[in-house]
Amino acid sequence: MADTITMQVARYRPGQEAEPVFQSYDVPLRKEWAVLDGLNHIKDHVDGTLSYRWSCRMGICGSCGMTVNGSPVLSCATFLTDYAPGPVRVEPLRNFPVVRDLVVDIGDFMAKLPSVKPWLIRDDEPPEGEYLQTPDELDDYKKFSMCINCMLCYSACPVYALDPAFVGPAAIALAQRYNLDSRDEGAADRRDVLSSAEGVWACTFVGECSTACPKGVDPAGAIQRYKLTAATHALKDFLLPRGAR
Amino acid sequence: MTYVKPISTLWWLRRPSYFLFALRELSSVFVAWFVVYLLMLVSAISAGPEAYHRFLDWSTGRVLVLNVVALLFVLLHAVTWFNLAPRAMVVPHVPPVVVLVLHYLLWLGLSAALAWVVLR
Ligand code: SF4
Ligand code: FES
Repeated sequence: MADTITMQVARYRPGQEAEPVFQSYDVPLRKEWAVLDGLNHIKDHVDGTLSYRWSCRMGICGSCGMTVNGSPVLSCATFLTDYAPGPVRVEPLRNFPVVRDLVVDIGDFMAKLPSVKPWLIRDDEPPEGEYLQTPDELDDYKKFSMCINCMLCYSACPVYALDPAFVGPAAIALAQRYNLDSRDEGAADRRDVLSSAEGVWACTFVGECSTACPKGVDPAGAIQRYKLTAATHALKDFLLPRGAR
Repeated sequence: MTYVKPISTLWWLRRPSYFLFALRELSSVFVAWFVVYLLMLVSAISAGPEAYHRFLDWSTGRVLVLNVVALLFVLLHAVTWFNLAPRAMVVPHVPPVVVLVLHYLLWLGLSAALAWVVLR
C-alpha cells in the first residue's frame, strides 16, 4: 500500500474565486483514516484556511456530509483506503449554496422542517409521567426517528435539484416519524403540507435518497407510504359525506 | 456571497439510477400512445370490417416496431411501479415480499382473464 494519497479538495473563497477550484494535497494513507481525518491533517499541518464542518467523528452529528468522488457521504464514515490509489475528490454537498470551501448553507431545509410540525401533537393535557408505548408501536416509526439531518438525501435527490420548493426526503420522513407514532394526534395538521404539489407528489421515486442515507431511514419509502395515505384520504373526502370521514 | 452550482443538462446521465428514472418518466409517453392506439382500434372496429382490416394492415412495419418499443417501456413502467408497492403498502405482520408477490399474481390473473376474453 502506498503511504500517501492525493486529495483534490474543492476550494471556494468568496471574493477570491468566482467559482470553486480544486486544490491537491498529499496526505498520509492510513488504514484507520477517514476522509475527514485527511481533511483534518490538511487543516492542522498544511493549510489552515481550509473550511469544512464536522463535530462527532462517529456518524451521529450529521455535520460532515460532503460529495466524495461524486457521491454524497459522511466524510467521517468513509475511509480513504476505499479510494486508494486515489485521487480522492472532495466537494461540498450538491444542491445547496456553497458558503466557503466545503461548507454549505442548509437554511432552506431548516426553514422547511417546521412546516411539517415534527413534534408530538396532542389535544389533551400531558399525562402525569410519560405516555406509554409498546415495543411494537415503537417499531412502527423507529427507523424514521434515526435521521441525523445530514442532508445527504437532499444532495442525492435530482427532484430537489430541479425543484427547490420540494419539501424533500428528510422533512417528509420526519413528518412520518410523528404520523406513525402511537402517541401523536397531529396527522391531520401535517396533511396540507405533505399532500401538496411540493410535498410527496413532487417525488418521482428516483430512490437515491434511501441509497445515500447513512442511517437506514429510507426516506423514499416514507414518501411512497404517505402517497398511499394521501390518496386514500383524497378518495374518502370525495366519496364520504363530511361527518363520516 | 454563496456559490450555486448550475445543473448540467446531462445530469440524468450521471448515475444509473438517474438514467432509469429518466427512462421511467419517458415511459409515460408510450403509455399515452397505447391509449391512443386502443382508441383507434375501437373506432376502426366500430366502423366495420373494411376499416378494421385497413387498420390491421396499417399496424405492421413501422407501427409494429413502435408498438414493440412501447411495450418495453410499458413493461419497465409496470415493473418499477410494482417493485415500489411493498414500500408504499406497509401491512402489519405481512412481510414486504408477500405484498410484492400478490401484486404480480394479481397482474398475471388480470392479464390471463383479458387474454381469455380476447383470444377465446
Ligand atoms: S434521512 Fe438519512 S440522509 Fe436524509 S438527513 Fe436524515 S439521516 Fe441524513
Ligand atoms: S462528524 Fe458527526 S457525523 Fe461525521
